[in-house]
Amino acid sequence: MPIQNNRLPESELEKNFSDIHPPFEHAEGAAIEANRCLNCYDAPCTKLCPTSINVPLFIKQIASGNIKGSAHTIFSSNIMGGGCSKVCPVEKLCEGACVFNLLEETPISIAKLQRYSTEQAIHEKWKLFTRKPSNGKKVAIVGAGPAGLACAHSLSLEGTEVTIFEKEAKGGGLMTYGVAAYKVTPTFCKEEVDYILSLGGISVQYEKQLGKDIQLADLQKNFDAVFLGIGVGVARSLEIPGENLEGVMDAISFIYNLRTRNYSQISVGDKVAVIGMGMTAIDAATQSKRLGAKEVTMIYRRTEHEKPCTEEELDLAKLDGCSFLWLSNPKEILGENGKVKNLVCSKMKLGEPDASGRRSPVDTGETFTIEVDMVIKAAGQIPFEGLVNNSKLDNKVGKIKIDNSGMTNLKGVFSGGDAVNGGKEVVDAVQAGKDAAKGILAYLKK
Amino acid sequence: MADLRSDFLGIKSPNPFWLASAPPTDKKVNVLRAFEAGWGGVVWKTLGTQVKNVSSRYSSLNYNGQKAMGFNNIELISDRPLEINLKEIKEVLKEFPDRAMIVSLMADNDRKSWHEMVKKAQDTGAHGLELNFGCPHGMVERGMGASVGQDPEIAKMVVEWVMEVAKIPVITKLTPNVHSVVPAGKAVISAGTDALSLINTIQSITGIDLDTLIPNPNVGGKSVFGGYCGPAVKPIALKMLTTLAQDPDTRKVPISGIGGISTWRDAVEFILLGASNVQVCTAAMIQGFRIITDLCDGMSNWMDEKGYKSINDFRGLSVPAITRWEELDINFHIIANINQDKCIHCGLCYITCEDTSHQSIDIKKGLPYNTYTIKDEECVGCNLCKIVCPVEDCITMEVHRKGDEYLNWTEYQKRGLPLNDH
Ligand SMILES: Cc1cc2nc3c(=O)[nH]c(=O)nc-3n(C[C@H](O)[C@H](O)[C@H](O)COP(=O)(O)OP(=O)(O)OC[C@H]3O[C@@H](n4cnc5c(N)ncnc54)[C@H](O)[C@@H]3O)c2cc1C
Ligand SMILES: Cc1cc2nc3c(=O)[nH]c(=O)nc-3n(C[C@H](O)[C@H](O)[C@H](O)COP(=O)(O)O)c2cc1C
Ligand code: SF4
Ligand code: SF4
Repeated sequence: MPIQNNRLPESELEKNFSDIHPPFEHAEGAAIEANRCLNCYDAPCTKLCPTSINVPLFIKQIASGNIKGSAHTIFSSNIMGGGCSKVCPVEKLCEGACVFNLLEETPISIAKLQRYSTEQAIHEKWKLFTRKPSNGKKVAIVGAGPAGLACAHSLSLEGTEVTIFEKEAKGGGLMTYGVAAYKVTPTFCKEEVDYILSLGGISVQYEKQLGKDIQLADLQKNFDAVFLGIGVGVARSLEIPGENLEGVMDAISFIYNLRTRNYSQISVGDKVAVIGMGMTAIDAATQSKRLGAKEVTMIYRRTEHEKPCTEEELDLAKLDGCSFLWLSNPKEILGENGKVKNLVCSKMKLGEPDASGRRSPVDTGETFTIEVDMVIKAAGQIPFEGLVNNSKLDNKVGKIKIDNSGMTNLKGVFSGGDAVNGGKEVVDAVQAGKDAAKGILAYLKK
Repeated sequence: MADLRSDFLGIKSPNPFWLASAPPTDKKVNVLRAFEAGWGGVVWKTLGTQVKNVSSRYSSLNYNGQKAMGFNNIELISDRPLEINLKEIKEVLKEFPDRAMIVSLMADNDRKSWHEMVKKAQDTGAHGLELNFGCPHGMVERGMGASVGQDPEIAKMVVEWVMEVAKIPVITKLTPNVHSVVPAGKAVISAGTDALSLINTIQSITGIDLDTLIPNPNVGGKSVFGGYCGPAVKPIALKMLTTLAQDPDTRKVPISGIGGISTWRDAVEFILLGASNVQVCTAAMIQGFRIITDLCDGMSNWMDEKGYKSINDFRGLSVPAITRWEELDINFHIIANINQDKCIHCGLCYITCEDTSHQSIDIKKGLPYNTYTIKDEECVGCNLCKIVCPVEDCITMEVHRKGDEYLNWTEYQKRGLPLNDH
């Protein structure tokens, strides 16, 4: 069967895309778990949180029934603490560091507890922060993703007037347009953005694209400082023959569609090949499967040992019934009547360690061919090289370079998040936004 | 297999666990169920002039998610007609002749009333009587309960009245709402009581509803001081028991230990400090009669492990270990040691020692795990780190004597030895 939409009945789609980490249904559950926390000193969980949330404190606040205090503790460090509780790869962050791991016991469900307080705060619109009196400064922020929003919130708290310019019609960045649908819902993303903006002092101009509708030079002229939180762009192309055939898609667009339309309208193949083994690849593979693809094969040029995704993510793909071809590198996509038909891969073997310390794959010269009707490319994203270069921003293959204060080579122009690090997690972008806000405030005082 | 049988003043029971006089023992259906579950005996809910109870009646102290670590009640003695209680006691005795049946009494404060109560109770065929001199609420205001137990002279007088007619063993239950239980204990022994039991409940307020600002339990917007019991009172009960076990007069009679017993370990501790048997109330109220299985099983396994054949083999063995502070050995010194293989780097030992003890733990920062080590010269051997450490046997206290000889405080002062040695 070829690519088609509406493969599964509505009810099944609903089930497939329901929350993969369900919340505590009852206060008792949260209290039991909160009481299990040892309340570590100089806690490892906090140390491995890129935003340094005081985890033991917020957990003990849940235990004492001080849910407002708990939400305040979380949001003080991470204004996207709500979304992060659903999307963070906690197994390699806070929960991975929880000392219970050292006892071979289940770590504290930090994310679930964090979700417990933050969701209440967001739903009930608790007013937990108040802005300082105006400092008379105006800052422009480009991009309403996690980095931009975190930066805006920190700046506004200090009395700065912030204007955000966002090319899409909604805020949240990849939280809204990228993260897997079974982690966050569009409703939640909207509520979270609204909650952040409810502080006041932040206005958002949607559907305003830098380089098209607005220019950096104007922003520099009209504002006291500028923050660029533009993230990274489309998926890296594979540079192999056949990439233009019908049925070849990049993961970001595939997921963007999934996040902006009804699941029933999303076309998916019967035999899908996903190229890559990062978080985006996993998301593309699992969501293809959940849309109704019969066979989903993930293709990676190294072994399971070198995979960039976490164990947890790989397990998710395994549980969803995806299959894996390790040590396989796409060589050519073959078509019939302009449509994808086969994927030819080179067999690889592991050679010497590369710059990342992982053993690099070497072509064995052997190839094999699999039958496919859809190929999803998720072999990394590429930064907005054109935009960055046109703006005369110092960069490394499109990744904007910044100094310790978050400032780029252009005076008063700051940046952070995926645009700088080339694509990490939401929580890293939030911290980058906070750091830049600190740099901007220091710069504005000069 | 250890022999759990108990003989208290000739009153036999298959194990040393009796249910204390309280709601679990207030009527036939309960007591039958308790005996079916395996309880060794019961002290029937206190009989006296019939009373009326209020609603609500109980409240509790919860801690870190654990419910009812302390329990509180404002109930009075039995609120059922005396005749029904007496009839049911007789019936239960017939169905379970091998279990101990003690009847708790609290008569109006005159000789005639006590005589009548004692006679009625022993006519049932019960094996013993327990005089309730301990109820801290409701009855006190009527000149009964703790108000009797708090005044050794009155207590003595009442026991004398009782002994004039008692034909079966008499246990006097003491109130803990006194500075020391010894004077009342001595007084009732001199009046002829055959045994003592303790503790009854301790006056308390367990908490306040922070919405209504009414303390618990709330009776139509008001509350009263209640009687506190459950796990939280065990340490206080053990201390009071020990003072009776140490006193040359009070240690002559058997003591039934009560107060916060919820596991076999607690029960063993009471017996080690001189109790001949134990009574349980709160633990049964919170978890049901089924707890008797592990109470017996755990005690029996422990006795087997330690080679004790009967309860009497270990009764009172820990009493001599309680001495006076002046007699403690000042040369005895312990130092904490952290087993780095067991340590899970929670930092709890560090922060407690650093903030509130002797700043004796060294911290070496790591990502994400810090390393903690003891500064031997600074450690005073207080046990705090060991208490907070979540890992069993991770912190051990090792003996590093300050000197070979036993040296107590009196001798230390006599020799004019320095105070600030560390
Ligand atoms: C498929 C996928 C799944 C992911 N899953 C997870 C996950 O489960 N957990 C996790 O923690 N992270 C996940 N990530 C990563 C995470 O989404 C990003 O690290 C994070 O969103 C980066 O935030 P940011 O603000 O730097 O950039 P973005 O989120 O990309 O936000 C940039 C914003 O800038 C806007 N913008 C871009 N160019 C312009 C312009 N020229 N003018 C105006 N506005 C512009 C964009 O529309 C966007 O709103 C995932 C990423 C992808 C692609
Ligand atoms: C609800 C309740 C009612 C009680 N009623 C009596 C009573 O009528 N007579 C009595 O001697 N003790 C009474 N007690 C005290 C118990 O017998 C026992 O001494 C006390 O609860 C301590 O034991 P525990 O910690 O095992 O509960 C009562 C205790 C409770 C909780
Ligand atoms: S490491 Fe685990 S136990 Fe320790 S504070 Fe963090 S969540 Fe609690
Ligand atoms: S309390 Fe115990 S486990 Fe925790 S750091 Fe100290 S020694 Fe290690």
